[in-house]
Amino acid sequence: MMNSAADQLLVFVLLINILILGTRRTKIAIRAIATQGIVLGLLPLLTHSFQSHILIITIFVLLAKGVLIPWLLLGALKKIESNEDLQPFFGYSGNIMSGAVTTVLAFVFAAKLPLAAMHQGSLIVPAALATILAGFIALASRRKAINQVLGYLLLENGIFIFGLLLTEAMPLMVEAGALLDLIAGIFVMGLIIKQINREFASIDTSRMTALREVE
Amino acid sequence: MLIFLLTTIPLLGALAAGQIPSNTRRPLVLPVVACIHLLLVIAALMTSPPRTMGGWIHLDAVGKIFLLEFSVLFAACAFYAVNYLKYRKERDNRALCIGFPVCLSAMTLATVAHHLGLLWLAIETTTVAMAPLVYFNRNARSIEATWKYMLICSIGIAMALLGLLFLGYSTVVAGFTPSLVLERLQGYASGLPSAWLNAAFVLMLVGYGTKMGLAPMHTWKPDAYGEAPGLVGAMLAGGLANCGLLGLIRIYQICMAATDVHFYRSCLIGMGLFSIALAAIFLVRQTDIKRMLAYSSVEHMGLFAVALGLGGKALYGVMLHLIGNGLAKGVLFLTSGNIHRAFASKNRDVARGTLKRAPWTGALFLAGFIAMTGSPPFLPFASEFVFFSAAFSQGHVITGSLLALLLMLAFLGMSLTVVPVVFGDPPKNRERTKYHDTPLLTGPPLVLLIILGILGIWLPQPLHTLVSEAAALLEGAR
Repeated sequence: MMNSAADQLLVFVLLINILILGTRRTKIAIRAIATQGIVLGLLPLLTHSFQSHILIITIFVLLAKGVLIPWLLLGALKKIESNEDLQPFFGYSGNIMSGAVTTVLAFVFAAKLPLAAMHQGSLIVPAALATILAGFIALASRRKAINQVLGYLLLENGIFIFGLLLTEAMPLMVEAGALLDLIAGIFVMGLIIKQINREFASIDTSRMTALREVE
Repeated sequence: MLIFLLTTIPLLGALAAGQIPSNTRRPLVLPVVACIHLLLVIAALMTSPPRTMGGWIHLDAVGKIFLLEFSVLFAACAFYAVNYLKYRKERDNRALCIGFPVCLSAMTLATVAHHLGLLWLAIETTTVAMAPLVYFNRNARSIEATWKYMLICSIGIAMALLGLLFLGYSTVVAGFTPSLVLERLQGYASGLPSAWLNAAFVLMLVGYGTKMGLAPMHTWKPDAYGEAPGLVGAMLAGGLANCGLLGLIRIYQICMAATDVHFYRSCLIGMGLFSIALAAIFLVRQTDIKRMLAYSSVEHMGLFAVALGLGGKALYGVMLHLIGNGLAKGVLFLTSGNIHRAFASKNRDVARGTLKRAPWTGALFLAGFIAMTGSPPFLPFASEFVFFSAAFSQGHVITGSLLALLLMLAFLGMSLTVVPVVFGDPPKNRERTKYHDTPLLTGPPLVLLIILGILGIWLPQPLHTLVSEAAALLEGAR
């Protein structure tokens, strides 16, 4: 059912996941997530027959994930003075490796899922799972607050891909509202990152240890 | 129309608060919004507005009880805020005066949403709206707390969305018309493929459980509750945590209509007991009163999960405890804010002897503690009694006994902190703060406590009917 153009774009999405996990430069990672956002925005046009509902979602997603959110993140990045290179836990190559392994696992797992007949063999479910897992890897391994936000965005993007299976049931109002909330959330996170940088002179979240249970 | 007003009037209040330049006059918006909202809620409860927007918006008995609790708690916080913010003149309160009504609007929407996507959206909005409020104190500790709150809750709520999509997809796999409206899904439930439904349930338990603060996703909670001002803590514990519970209750309603419900029940009981046990352990050595209250919230959210898992008679207790826990948390957090102001500390080593320093606050904090831990005559006693009798009469003897043991431990742990804070001798070597009890700082918690006392002794007939109706809805009635 799903056409090959959509599948090719999903492969591109998977490559971007690995790029984000492996790059040491935050700016490149933000540009990569913007590209991924644009690809995601185009996907609904390819997987669904043309309707005004789909077109509006496409425009919203392109604006939010492709333009506005990356712009907010780049703004936050500019305000951060320290350009220290913080190795993620288990290193960049460890990140790439775990990204690759989870991608393979996602494909194996998705093949076993009881999918509806029309979605059998499509890349949507494995790509969604792989992107979600890549998000978790970034969230768990990154020490810079801004890179953790990127992990959260990967997670959101993975969920969005899964949502492609369900565009009919998700009303436009809810989709648009979810995007607005995402933008507001990223905006707030950007503000917090600037404050973290001011208070700690670093955005290394592993330094934030004041709030622990005393032994 | 009524529901439309209920959600938009707080938003108008937020707009108005944004326009007022004066830091002293701006908080006055809050009580005005609260009074109008409370009056409209009472009107809505009496008239039962009809379903609108094709069944998306419907105020059922469950929603009514949540809405009532939110509105009463918000009113208490709003009146308290006016005087509290006078003590915090140096802080810009714009974010607080805008965030509070926005949050109230989103919570109202959550109570009436029967489209699960809309419900999710409302809950997500409360998370974002509350973040700047946690950062009210603008120091290194509060930024750390805000970051953890924002990141962990966002991830949690994303998991809930994935669960929601799984739920929606299960209707596609089963060949039904895809829908996310509660009543339709309840109708579908017995025909949905159990693999997808189970996965959806687990993801939503994790997702909304993060928002509730069920262990092990509770880690943001002591930090956020500890660093936020008392009234924000009250709203987090009695408002936002309950929004998470509402999300869980909606998926519970669907799962209970499925053919085999054993899996869901054991998940809820297991996770609930784990939360209560973990909270009880951390309560024992807690010296910070606000962090103590956070663990108490973890404990009671666990209690909700266990009670949902037990089902049957316990569901009546769930709806009662919703009011009891929400209002008692209001009493405790508002008075803990006073204690914090009075001693410029929230640690039991410094904040000692509140009864001598601020008698009203001390007495209310003590009474709030007694109410929260389920002692008569307050409402939580009635609801916890229902939990125990349900556990033992429905054959969950081990769960019931564990529950009794853990609640006892939690009570002892809390009293180790509460007793010195209330009865100790105030420290002599510290400078005395400007704080003194005023009617607006002690009145709102007093009113909440009186409500808890009255409802504990005598439940008015209409409320009893409403609670019974809600419990029946939880069990799967439509």
